[in-house]
Amino acid sequence: MNAAVEVAGLRKEFGRSVALDSLDLTVETGQTHGFLGPNGAGKSTTIRILLGLVRKTAGAATLLGRDPWRDATELHQQIAYVPGDVTLWPNLSGGEIIDLLGSLRRGIDPVRKKELIERFDLDPTKMGRAYSKGNRQKVALVAALSANTDLLILDEPTSGLDPLMEEVFREALAAEKARGRTVLLSSHILSEVEAVCDRVSIIRAGRTVETGTLAEMRHLLRTSVDATVSGDLPDLTRIAGIHDLQVEGDRLRCQVDEAGLADLLGALSAAGVRTLTCQPPSLEELFLRHYSRPEPEPVTGTAV
Amino acid sequence: MSTSATLEQAAPSRHRVRGTRPLLRLALRRDRLMIPIWVYALVAAAVGTGYSFKALYGSTAEQEQLAAGVNANSSILALVGRLHEPLSVAGLTSWRLLGLGAVLTSVMSILLVVRHTRAEEEEGRLELLAAGSVGRFAPLAAALSVMALANVTVAVLMASGLVLIGFPTIGSIAFGLGWCTVGIGFGGLAAVTAQIAGTARSANGMAMAALGAAFLLRAAGDAGTATWLSYLSPIGWAQRLRPYTDENWWPLLPLLGFAAVTMLVAVRLNDRRDLGGAMLAARPGPVDSTGLTGVRALAWRLQRAGLLGWGVAILIWGLVIGNLAGDVGKLLGSSTQLQELMAELGGPGALADSFIAATAGILGLIVAAFAVQTLLRLRAEETSGRAELLLSGSVGRIPWLLATVWPAVRGSALLLAVGGLGTGGAYALRSGDAGQIGRVLGATLVQLPAVLVVIGAGVLVLGLLPRWAAAIWGLLGVFLLLGQLGPALQLPGWAIRISPFGSLPKLPGEALAWGPVVALVLVALVLGGIGAAAFRHRDLG
Ligand SMILES: Nc1ncnc2c1ncn2[C@@H]1O[C@H](COP(=O)(O)OP(=O)(O)O)[C@@H](O)[C@H]1O
Ligand SMILES: [Mg+2]
Repeated sequence: MNAAVEVAGLRKEFGRSVALDSLDLTVETGQTHGFLGPNGAGKSTTIRILLGLVRKTAGAATLLGRDPWRDATELHQQIAYVPGDVTLWPNLSGGEIIDLLGSLRRGIDPVRKKELIERFDLDPTKMGRAYSKGNRQKVALVAALSANTDLLILDEPTSGLDPLMEEVFREALAAEKARGRTVLLSSHILSEVEAVCDRVSIIRAGRTVETGTLAEMRHLLRTSVDATVSGDLPDLTRIAGIHDLQVEGDRLRCQVDEAGLADLLGALSAAGVRTLTCQPPSLEELFLRHYSRPEPEPVTGTAV
Repeated sequence: MSTSATLEQAAPSRHRVRGTRPLLRLALRRDRLMIPIWVYALVAAAVGTGYSFKALYGSTAEQEQLAAGVNANSSILALVGRLHEPLSVAGLTSWRLLGLGAVLTSVMSILLVVRHTRAEEEEGRLELLAAGSVGRFAPLAAALSVMALANVTVAVLMASGLVLIGFPTIGSIAFGLGWCTVGIGFGGLAAVTAQIAGTARSANGMAMAALGAAFLLRAAGDAGTATWLSYLSPIGWAQRLRPYTDENWWPLLPLLGFAAVTMLVAVRLNDRRDLGGAMLAARPGPVDSTGLTGVRALAWRLQRAGLLGWGVAILIWGLVIGNLAGDVGKLLGSSTQLQELMAELGGPGALADSFIAATAGILGLIVAAFAVQTLLRLRAEETSGRAELLLSGSVGRIPWLLATVWPAVRGSALLLAVGGLGTGGAYALRSGDAGQIGRVLGATLVQLPAVLVVIGAGVLVLGLLPRWAAAIWGLLGVFLLLGQLGPALQLPGWAIRISPFGSLPKLPGEALAWGPVVALVLVALVLGGIGAAAFRHRDLG
């Protein structure tokens, strides 16, 4: 049992609406796990269940090998959390809030706190009500990153940060990873996920639809092929793994799975290929495929 | 954009209130429950009281006796107001209700205005709206319109109801105008405090304190020799409309003037400040925490300023009441009807004792309002998402709950003691009898079990029906009306005892009966226990 987070068949109903429907998620200790899904997919709900703020309706969830609802108080000694939408106490200063949150965990490392405040360019003497959205986010980030905890749970932590600060966050997260901390990162920013995450889980409508390393996921993707041939086009529909085939005269466009690529190229060269463009699978495509509402087939660029 | 800006300068009044109508509709939609409840409660209280008074004080002899007693007794004058000739059932009804109702419409107005101005600004929702085609004054104008509309509705329905049960039309109009002009005036004042204060809580607090001052000025002016004091109070002005007894109309001038001036000041202040900004400037805070560790320290930190404000207000209240109590003893209560009325308000025994018991009951309700306000912080922490941040730390649900409940209990005891010491101290000075301090302190402290029941009920609602947490204010309103009107309406004892404040022994005149005290504490514990158990098991947020 060395998974920091183990969730299986998790279900959550709010009254009659179902927020989570058989969700699975495993985060190995020491890994950084990306948690992706369109708005309303259930990321925050899953995280709230893991924090014991909300009760699961059914299924299993363990955090550091314990029950997140029953053992919430002890577990939270070892967890630092950044909510997606940070609200602060209007009449407490940022510095006070960071220390207060630290006192509710296993304490904070003052050296790291000072360093992070500097790197995030945060003014800790401002009152809670005076911070902008990004600065409120920074207060919660500094409190979480400088805490002496084993597990970091971050719910879209970079929302509201400028690109420079996103970069600082990425570096800080890499440092935490190097320190051996486990991270569950819910995010929408693909480059961020790509840069820091070992594994990702994609959820949609309360269900896990894909989980694995990014390299594994790329294998699931199709290459787009655009070619013109001089001879007659063979019947390509026989080749397994060809999708969205469009033929206009001597021009052909299609999507092909990894498995069908060799067969397709063979058929094309037999037909006297004149031009050939192959587009490698992109992560965006992966996400769009999972994010867009109808089942994977047509890939449209309008989701999220 | 630039053309609209120049237009705005050319025709400021029209453009600056642009968007008021949709905002007004939004406010009415949001208050679709709150306003009807207020209107219903106020109208029903007035019409119901008038109807019962017809049966209770029908004969001229009864009325005359009552009038003689009331006007000779400063304690009743202080609590209720002056009773004018010629006497009638209608006149008695307006005498009993004008001041009380004016206080209640004012509370309604303050809450409505702050809710739609400063509270919206604090939450950042106003920003969302203000970015639309909404003039600078539109949010304020919409809030004031909703408030005025609610007051006028109350007045019209109440006056019509009274006419329907046979009261004279002109008097009913004066009565209705009295309620709604005071209400609108304090609504205007709340619009001013909403500009000055940075939070809805302090905006409400400042306006409520002004209302309390108006009540005390009227009380002191009516009871003592310095009659002019009550001319400083909008509630005093309203009472000088003298509904049903040879009406005066001049008080409408200062009443409408008060509303107009406060609203103009609010508009001026609103024009000068930034959205979200306050007149009271923010200072930088400490770089790191100075002993602010754990939820108990946090709760104390968040509440200490509020507690201080309440303490000062209640101390002033106590000092004024104690002074008035000194006058009561000097007057002879020859009328048996007067004795009866005083006994209803405050229990049997010496008049001063009754007066102290009656005011201690009011203090109990005021302190219960403090307790409810403190408790509801918990809900605000929850809905704002701060609780999520906090409870992601190593904090149990119950310790977090107790970190708020315990200060509410402790603060209530403290405030009751402050009120008791203030009243007792002033009374002891006036009467030259230091022994009064202890007696008066007992009378205020004995309210604590009833306050505990309110706290218990609050915890129950927070645990079981968090979305309806604000309903606890409604419960407090029911207790207030039962306590204030129940005896005059000659309701049966069990009905009055629905309110925990009605079950308490009326110290210092009565002996301390431990039965109800212990019973109330037990009820509070059971309610709170069920609430806490439910609180542990529910979703947060
Ligand atoms: N307290 C709640 N009451 C009712 N429905 C909720 C509540 N919290 C979340 N939901 C619903 O659950 C679903 C998942 O929401 P959430 O976990 O916030 O999504 P995400 O964080 O992935 O954007 C949404 O459909 C949302 O409307
Ligand atoms: Mg979310």
